[in-house]
Amino acid sequence: MSQLEVEDLEVYYETEEGPAQAVDGVSFEVEEGENIGIVGESGCGKTTLAKAIIGILPDAGYINNGSINFKGDDLTEMTNAQRRRLKWEEISMIAQSAMNSLDPVYTIREQIVEAIETHRPGTGRVESGEIVTQMFELVGLDPERADDYPHQFSGGMRQRAMIAMALALEPSLMLADEPTTALDVIMQDQILKRMSSIQEEINSSMLVITHDVSVVAETCDRVIVMYAGKIAEEGPVEEIFNQPYHPYTIGLKRAFPNIRKSSQDLLSISGYPPELIDPPQGCRFAERCPMATDRCREEEPEAHYENGLRSYCHYADEIDTELRPYADDPGTWDQAAAATDGGVEE
Amino acid sequence: MSGNEVLLEVDDLKKHFKVNQGWIASLVESFGRGEPDYVHAVDGVSFELREGETLGLAGESGCGKTTTGMSLVKLHDPTAGDIVYDDTRLSEASDAEIKQFRQNAQMIFQDPFESLNPRMTVYDTVAEPLRIHDIRNETARVQRALEFAELLPAEHYFDQYPHELSGGQRQRVAIARALVLDPDFIVADEPVSMLDVSLRAGVLSLLDRMTDEFGLSVVYISHDLSLLRHMCDRLAIMYMGKIVEKGPTDQIIENPQHPYTQALINAVPVPDPAVGRERVELQGEVGDVIDIPTGCRFKNRCSEYIGDVCDQVVPPLEAKTDFEQDVACHLYDSAEGYDPYQEMTGSPSAAETGDEPESTPADD
Repeated sequence: MSQLEVEDLEVYYETEEGPAQAVDGVSFEVEEGENIGIVGESGCGKTTLAKAIIGILPDAGYINNGSINFKGDDLTEMTNAQRRRLKWEEISMIAQSAMNSLDPVYTIREQIVEAIETHRPGTGRVESGEIVTQMFELVGLDPERADDYPHQFSGGMRQRAMIAMALALEPSLMLADEPTTALDVIMQDQILKRMSSIQEEINSSMLVITHDVSVVAETCDRVIVMYAGKIAEEGPVEEIFNQPYHPYTIGLKRAFPNIRKSSQDLLSISGYPPELIDPPQGCRFAERCPMATDRCREEEPEAHYENGLRSYCHYADEIDTELRPYADDPGTWDQAAAATDGGVEE
Repeated sequence: MSGNEVLLEVDDLKKHFKVNQGWIASLVESFGRGEPDYVHAVDGVSFELREGETLGLAGESGCGKTTTGMSLVKLHDPTAGDIVYDDTRLSEASDAEIKQFRQNAQMIFQDPFESLNPRMTVYDTVAEPLRIHDIRNETARVQRALEFAELLPAEHYFDQYPHELSGGQRQRVAIARALVLDPDFIVADEPVSMLDVSLRAGVLSLLDRMTDEFGLSVVYISHDLSLLRHMCDRLAIMYMGKIVEKGPTDQIIENPQHPYTQALINAVPVPDPAVGRERVELQGEVGDVIDIPTGCRFKNRCSEYIGDVCDQVVPPLEAKTDFEQDVACHLYDSAEGYDPYQEMTGSPSAAETGDEPESTPADD
């Protein structure tokens, strides 16, 4: 059985002009021990999705529809007290800029011990102290420094301390929102490596939310590509990178320079995602897609299943023929951009 | 592009910042006790920037790359060392020469949300450098700069304020502002790191076009080596205020020699699940740039540490015998016959293990 099953989830934000549909009809599953990456540009709903799962949506946000099943229980129907019990113990989150979310007036040890004792009231000082030592060693920090205050740590060390805290209760699901974006490459590399080895040890699954396609390529088993509140494409990481069916995935993949390639034309997706207060009725990517037709602008695409991928594009069944090289060519996208530029200011 | 002429020469540039102390400490110091501490942000950096060339400065946070970049456009005055532009040493330049230099040296900053004045319209932002330097033909120049930056139609943007623009558009305004004076070179400090992924490629291709069409030299400052590989002809890798390796980009990325460069390049994730990469773990963190260690600054984290010579002798950045790029590391033989073992203190045996370059017949 899947550990986490998100079904037809809709998360809206109340705004003055009406509800903004930040997450709109998203369904996916996470198996035990599986790593899933969620990628997409800012505002695509990836962070909102994570917040809805762990239950920390801001006041204006609410779940309009759908269910989030975690080990058989629907999180959306739980009381706050029931949810709180799950947090850290079963589901933990490493937030974006987690290194700034430590409390400055307590030592790191006090903060981790507090989390342990809240969830496991019987745990003695000695035992929780041992857990702290163990976790510090796992993330590559000197256990003797657990009695330091957060300001005595560098950014990378604080981030690792946060990860130690998120792991202390051996949760079965970790949500990591841009866990390494604020860090230098060397630190990023070490933390990602540590996270995956720890994960193997405690057999937890992880949802990694990031804009960095290369981080996902290296750490995840499956990838969900989100666009404007919806899933554009989802499937195994190799397929997403080698044979994607959705033009947005193709574009996004080609927008990143690869250090292993000496010369490459980068692809630029011009334009901006649509307003989520009044989203377009057809495919949400149609406005920026160089291959869009009238059908795309009017009719919402159904899921197309092939090669383990789930792709929401009307032309997914044709892309394997001549469309893929066309979509993979940066020139195609530039031409589309020039065409829309001319037509915008009438 | 006129090829290989050197546009800018950076000669042993140093920039130290005094550490901010409390008033008691400054009082004690004013009575002549104790030395103030300095952050050695840039500590002896030399390189050349040629006409039409793109040079990348890379390294982790705090390695001094941004301070170097800001010194290049004279936003910092160097503590020591000099910059030579157009045969003029900037430290000895007259006011008129400095003004001329400022017109030719422009900078693009990392965060377009911070670098544009929120109270100025796009037109005024781009026109301001023209007014400062008293250049005529304002409207036509502003229009051309905006058009080059693909803000079309330019008139549409004239009266807009930064808050009405997206991040990508703001960065384009910053680029237009840098180009409007028709400069010789531009320093771009993390020009796309604040932009959303789908917009980065657009701004990068604009920067690319800028280099080609204006024959500009550009110094890119970034920690993102994939990006630098894409944009630059040559790279300089910095560590704790010094350049540790410098040379043609492909050479450095594909065949790095300094242990730090190797670790840095190995740490970059690859956007291709089929590529496995060797992951070398680097111990520790970047050292203290206030209390500089003796010898090589990387020695404590280095996997190739070879003993006393690393502890005692600062490795110079120099040409080596076996490869194209310059490296500051004792592992490799100097192309010039420099012998670090000669400089070691109180250890005659160490000197003997060296090759005794004085007596070796270099001239046969």
